[in-house]
Amino acid sequence: MTTRIDSRFAALKAEGRSALVTFVMAGDPGYETSLAILKALPDAGADVIELGMPFSDPMADGPPIQAAGLRALKGGQTLRKTLDLVAAFRQGDRDTPIVLMGYYNPIYIYGVDRFLKDALDAGVDGLIVVDLPPEEDAELCLPALRAGLNFIRLATPTTDDRRLPTVLGNTSGFVYYVSVTGITGVATPDFDAVATAVARIKRHTELPVAVGFGVKTTEHARAVAEGADGVVVGSALVEAVRTTLDADGRATEKTVSTVTELVSSLAAGVRAARAIAAE
Amino acid sequence: MNVQQPNSYRTGPDENGRFGIYGGRFVAETLMPLILDLEKAYADAKADPAYYAEMNGHLTHYVGRPSPLYFAERLTEHFGGAKIYLKREELNHTGSHKVNNVLGQILLARRMGKPRVIAETGAGQHGVATATLCARFGLKCVVYMGAVDVARQAPNVFRMKMLGAEVVPVQSGAKTLKDAMNEALRDWVTNVHDTFYCIGTVAGPHPYPGMVRDFQSIIGRETREQMQEAEGRLPDSLIACVGGGSNAMGLFHPFLDDPSVEIYGVEAAGHGLDKLHAASINGGRPGVLHGNRTYLLMDGDGQIEEGHSISAGLDYPGIGPEHSWLADTGRAKYLTATDDEALEAFGLLSRLEGIIPALESAHALAKVADLAPTKPKDHLMVVNLSGRGDKDVPQVAEIMGTKL
Repeated sequence: MTTRIDSRFAALKAEGRSALVTFVMAGDPGYETSLAILKALPDAGADVIELGMPFSDPMADGPPIQAAGLRALKGGQTLRKTLDLVAAFRQGDRDTPIVLMGYYNPIYIYGVDRFLKDALDAGVDGLIVVDLPPEEDAELCLPALRAGLNFIRLATPTTDDRRLPTVLGNTSGFVYYVSVTGITGVATPDFDAVATAVARIKRHTELPVAVGFGVKTTEHARAVAEGADGVVVGSALVEAVRTTLDADGRATEKTVSTVTELVSSLAAGVRAARAIAAE
Repeated sequence: MNVQQPNSYRTGPDENGRFGIYGGRFVAETLMPLILDLEKAYADAKADPAYYAEMNGHLTHYVGRPSPLYFAERLTEHFGGAKIYLKREELNHTGSHKVNNVLGQILLARRMGKPRVIAETGAGQHGVATATLCARFGLKCVVYMGAVDVARQAPNVFRMKMLGAEVVPVQSGAKTLKDAMNEALRDWVTNVHDTFYCIGTVAGPHPYPGMVRDFQSIIGRETREQMQEAEGRLPDSLIACVGGGSNAMGLFHPFLDDPSVEIYGVEAAGHGLDKLHAASINGGRPGVLHGNRTYLLMDGDGQIEEGHSISAGLDYPGIGPEHSWLADTGRAKYLTATDDEALEAFGLLSRLEGIIPALESAHALAKVADLAPTKPKDHLMVVNLSGRGDKDVPQVAEIMGTKL
């Protein structure tokens, strides 16, 4: 079964460049602004969209994404509204893959079967659920794969060669390599180590490898794109949202454009990488 | 919930870390190799008589075990029913049962060659126990504590600092135990190579719930022997307070397969079950947080809600997974006590027995007030006096309007 994610990575490979994978938090700071950001991302240069499902206790996230999730929850975001957001986006975009990213409890409470059905109906292509390692595959991963969604797994610097086959076993779509041990948005990765790690993962899988955690600037994006099939940017984008909010935490006229301008410059970085490599 | 009754209640967790549907390993991939290493290290230690020899030596000479099983004569007279015994865990070094578990984990950290130990704490009892043993064994210690708890448990914060630990006030969320645990997990994800996470209760990802229970089970094993010595038979009922539930599980576990022994956990009902409380089993439902599936307080969207209890040590929106399973099977009953009931019991034990209990333990004592009068005089009731109340004196004084 070929999903939008498979098609997108295959097309970009044919073009000879990496994917820019952008993370934004669903409902941050409110539903309408979030939808406007989502709709603007593809034209700004996003190839794959990761949409955060806000959770009260994001154990693996640093302060920027924690704050984005809290803003969204304060704005009344729920898992149902996140699915609505995807459905609304899909009305105008049939091609850009959307991956929902978050934690298991809201999905578990929504009901796994009901969630998978509603996610497919809304036009979701894949899931990243941070607190579901391969040891818990029976919970959501296997049902999601059977339903036709991609289940994207994180590999980390602590995932050694012995463990990699376990992690990659039921992974589909792409592999998300977390470039630092730690929470999102804090440390900057060591780019040489990233290239080595990507090469190591590629010895174990045919899947595209995207790299994230700590990518903040055009330069970072270019450097990571040199050695990976995708570059994930998250904390920098939710910080861009935060800096444009007014004193009451509401969006301003600058919110959407600040995000799209950053995405455009990151996209330029990603596109510059393979151009250099091809010279 | 109807759940099949097992042949034995004492065999869990299974190889996947489950007690029935509860427990498991719901952690980020970065942590998975670490908890697998820990599982292996603990299995190795369990097979090594030298590990237990060292632990037992420290339990005797440093912690001061066995703790007495004390016949509370005046409390018994006061209620006029069951014969009440107190398991005196508050007499342990550092003033609570927490040290039993920390000792086991710190000796494990040494075996694993980890020079840095992190811990979360609510009331500060687990933080103090961790800081104490890190001082004793020369390990670096960082304790995460919600900023609200830092304010209401000032004596314990100062104790931890005296012991050489770094105390990090956590400003996220409601700034209590749940948030301290989030922050400890974030630290662990960041410092995977040199850091041992010393979890303070029977919760978290496998192997913690079973491992912490094993370390705390000395409470129940001693109680069995001591009751045999005092009365020549098993107790008839056991009562303990439950936040995460480590003191309760330690007392209960050795008796789970003795059907004549009634088992009662007491959750914190805060202002009342229809208001703000911390009673996960009585007022929550099963969900996934902090590495395990268990009863949790949450809203309809699966967002975790804050617990509330007068006692910082019970102020957690979850409970250990083995308790959730025992509740579903019906082997243990889970009652609740409000802030006011706990305060009353706090005063009662102080006046009748000359023992100031921790506000946590006072929740268990509050239900003794309900249960003891309904039992015959030959009914043997054991209450786990899990901690001493010195740390709570400033807070209780403030509630009573006394300026210290």
